[in-house]
Amino acid sequence: MPESEALHASHVLEYPYSRSVGPVIGAFLTGLRDGKLTGVRGSGGSVIVPPTEYDPTTGDDTGEMVDVGPGGVVESWAWVSDPLPKHPLAKPFAWALIRLDGADTAMLHVVDAGGPDKIATGDRVTVRFRPAAERIGAMADIESFVPEVGAS
Amino acid sequence: MADETTTEELGPVTTLATPIRLDFEFTPGIALSRFLRGLERGKFVGQRCPKCGKVYVPSRGSCPTDGVPTTEEVELGNAGTVTTYCVVNVPFAGQSIEIPYICAQVLLDGANLSFMGLIQEIPTDEIRMGMRVEAVWVDPEELTPTLASVKYFRPNGEPDADYETYKEYL
Repeated sequence: MPESEALHASHVLEYPYSRSVGPVIGAFLTGLRDGKLTGVRGSGGSVIVPPTEYDPTTGDDTGEMVDVGPGGVVESWAWVSDPLPKHPLAKPFAWALIRLDGADTAMLHVVDAGGPDKIATGDRVTVRFRPAAERIGAMADIESFVPEVGAS
Repeated sequence: MADETTTEELGPVTTLATPIRLDFEFTPGIALSRFLRGLERGKFVGQRCPKCGKVYVPSRGSCPTDGVPTTEEVELGNAGTVTTYCVVNVPFAGQSIEIPYICAQVLLDGANLSFMGLIQEIPTDEIRMGMRVEAVWVDPEELTPTLASVKYFRPNGEPDADYETYKEYL
C-alpha cells in the first residue's frame, strides 16, 4: 500500500474539568461577575491582585477584600501580532502586567491597544468589562484593558 | 445597587470551568489504515506473522513476538468470544451510552489478539467469560473507517467457548 493511502484525521482530546475556587478567588470572581475589581489585603498591608488565600511574602492568611482599579499602570507587555484561536481577542493585542490603582501587585491581562506603537510601559489603562449578561465569574469577564482616555 | 442584586440572585462564584483541549492530527500508519479501511467495508482485517503464524487484529504492522513485518492480510468473520468484560455502572462526563453497559475484550475467531467492544442485547448480569458473540455493523451507508462502524457485539446463540480456547488471551 503506498504511503498516500494511509489515513489521516484530526483528533480532539478534551477534558471538561471544573475546579472549586475557594473563598478568596471565589470572591474575586464574584466581583468580576458584578463588574468590580477586587484584591485582598496581605498581612504586611499590601494589596494583592488577583487575591490569594495566603500572603506570598509572609505566608500568613490574607485579610479583607479591597476594591481596586478600574484604572491601572502597564508594568510590562508583549505584543501578539497573530492571535491563536484560544486567545481572548481575535485581533492583535498585548499581554500585559497591569498594576491596578490601589494594588501592590500586577495582574496579567490583555490590552487592546490597537498596535505595538500605541502601548508603553508606564501607560495608564482602564478595564473594559463584558456586558453584565455575558459575565460568568471568570477572568474573561474582563474583555480587555484599554488605554485610558486623555492619558499622556 | 444593581451589582449586589446580581450576586444575591446568583450566589457567590464557587467553581470555575477549566476545560483542557488538545487538537491532534492523527496518522494511524499503513497497517492500522488497512484495518480502518476494512471497517469501512464492514470487515475485520488483520495481519498474520510470517514466522509464528499469529493473526493480529488490529495490526500495527509488525509481530511483537518475532519483530518482523506482518504483510499477509487476513479477513476475519463477525464471530468471536468474550475473554474478559467489565460492567460499567459509573456515570462520567461525556458518557454517550446509557449505564449500565458492558465493555468486553472480544477475541475474533481466527485472531490471536482481542480488542475492546461494547456488548448489547443482553442483560448485564448475564455476561460471562467465554460467551460467543457476533459483531453488529451500522447500516452500509453509515460505514466509516473508524470503530464506530461496529455498533456493538451481541450473543450469537452458540454454546460458550471452552476456557482452554481463550485462556492464552486473558
